Amino acid sequence: MRKNKRPMPSEPEQAAGNGLLDRRLFLTGGVAAAIGSAALPDNVLAAEALPVEPWMKTPGSPFVPYGQPSRYASKVARIFASVPGTTGTGASRTPHHLLDGMITPNGLHFERHHSGIPDINPEAHRLLIHGLVKRPLVYTLDALMRYPMESRIAFIECAGNSALLYQKEPAPLGVQPIHGLLSCAEWTGVRVATLLEDAGVDPRAQWILAEGADASGMSRSVPLAKAMGDALVAIYQNGEPVRPSNGYPMRLLLPGYEGNANVKWLRRIKLTEGPTMTKDETSKYTILQNDGKSLQFCFAQEAKSVITRPSPGLTMGAPGLYEIAGLAWSGYGQIAKVEVSADGGASWALAALQEPVLPMAVTRFRSPWRWDGGPATLQSRATDDSGYVQPSRSKLIADRGARTIYHFNGIASWGVAQGGEVKHVYA
Amino acid sequence: MSTRNTLLAACSALVVGCGAALAESPNLGKAASPEEIASWDISIGPDGAGLPFGSGTPQQGEQVYLAKCLACHGEKGSGKPSDQLVGGQGSLGPGQAPVKTVGSFWPYATTVFDYVRRAMPLNESKSLRDDEVYAVVAYILQLNGVIGENDTIDAQTLPAVRMPNRDGFVRFSRGK
Repeated sequence: MRKNKRPMPSEPEQAAGNGLLDRRLFLTGGVAAAIGSAALPDNVLAAEALPVEPWMKTPGSPFVPYGQPSRYASKVARIFASVPGTTGTGASRTPHHLLDGMITPNGLHFERHHSGIPDINPEAHRLLIHGLVKRPLVYTLDALMRYPMESRIAFIECAGNSALLYQKEPAPLGVQPIHGLLSCAEWTGVRVATLLEDAGVDPRAQWILAEGADASGMSRSVPLAKAMGDALVAIYQNGEPVRPSNGYPMRLLLPGYEGNANVKWLRRIKLTEGPTMTKDETSKYTILQNDGKSLQFCFAQEAKSVITRPSPGLTMGAPGLYEIAGLAWSGYGQIAKVEVSADGGASWALAALQEPVLPMAVTRFRSPWRWDGGPATLQSRATDDSGYVQPSRSKLIADRGARTIYHFNGIASWGVAQGGEVKHVYA
Repeated sequence: MSTRNTLLAACSALVVGCGAALAESPNLGKAASPEEIASWDISIGPDGAGLPFGSGTPQQGEQVYLAKCLACHGEKGSGKPSDQLVGGQGSLGPGQAPVKTVGSFWPYATTVFDYVRRAMPLNESKSLRDDEVYAVVAYILQLNGVIGENDTIDAQTLPAVRMPNRDGFVRFSRGK
């Protein structure tokens, strides 16, 4: 039996109950100690030469103009459902259980369309800025391309993401169908403030109306202060032109705000004194509370986190060392810490936050876990730099009720059963 | 101080916490005339500003509804496969199963006009004439008991309609 050459403690540091280890374990090279000598593979004596596969001996396939994933990665795909009687009205969801890092590939960014994906000729597209301005202006894409650009790495989350957790019983589903209305990309474009300055803001203006060029004319009112702040007219998504499903040739990006307000296919910004009270900001994206009153203009997405691995569909293998990985984000700023529990919230360990940790972007967290093969309940809890702590599901529902489908940001739980099956549970 | 500088100062006062100075603009927007703007300026706020000429009654609206809306919104706005438009008043209170419709939930009648004109019918949005929009809005409001059978909806009467859930909304603030 081989011995560790470096002197290591016999037990790696336990950070919390049920096998959670110190977050620095992977960074400090303590993996060998954590695994221990028992993890030596049993089949080490099977002496068979490693195969020389066909692709090692013949030239590969030719160039293609636009690259695609491996055909073996075909399951790394969105799932979607359309409203009955339509083909492009509904939502698609990002497969976070099969992804890592912080950037969502463009072909996997979640979608929510209210009347399909318009096929916009960029030469015919116009952005109109009018209303309470000194000079109403209309821009072509070519004109905007000459403006100074800025990038923001920002998440976009549908306000209806994780809505299933308002239900009384846990939906027997995984990360993608439950939490897949969240994505994160590098968005590049022109500051809205620059264009509003071009037009000259009338001091009476306090709001903007943003409107899309799609057949539903999706429209939302947004406070002028946000438009004059970090808002962008985004033209690029992860370095390439914004995808049609995300607003080609241009979309509004309001970092941290609920997805619906980030109007795609942006064709018009009207400056107004008050909100226009569009269909979506009155009848849809409002939170009906237990007292019968509805919260309106809940723009920023609250601090939240979810474990992406392990998660339902990713059955555990043999007992031993695993990495718990997940995403945390806050529409109010930057993630300050993420804690992970393997015992349903009885004890918590600090997770490692992967750099970069950016405001209004998802932060990847990781936590080493030695699974003993027994039952476990995995949870994550995010805290942002304002000090806000992600609440338990029961506290969120106690405070707000469960008569809405919007802005669920409570703690989610994955149950690991004896034998390794992972299920969505309430804990 | 130039107009531009005044504006910049005003805006930086407005945008608390946004430190980055605005980049110099190449000013490449083209002046948009009222004639150019008119066809796109379709949003209607609660004050009704911008509502077009025209009118409609519930009776006229029923004909539009039967032809254009029934297949998705059901008989007399009963819903299925798409949203229920009628009923549910009084269902928002504590302990009840909320039924959110135009009549029970929508705070402004102007929103109905705005949304129908821009987005409905789903497969041929922006196809209804303004009179047809007024009429079908009148029909939905009348089915909900918000207006009478003989009322007419137009640019003056629509913003004056008081929706049952008008006071049912509170502005969100964090931590509340």
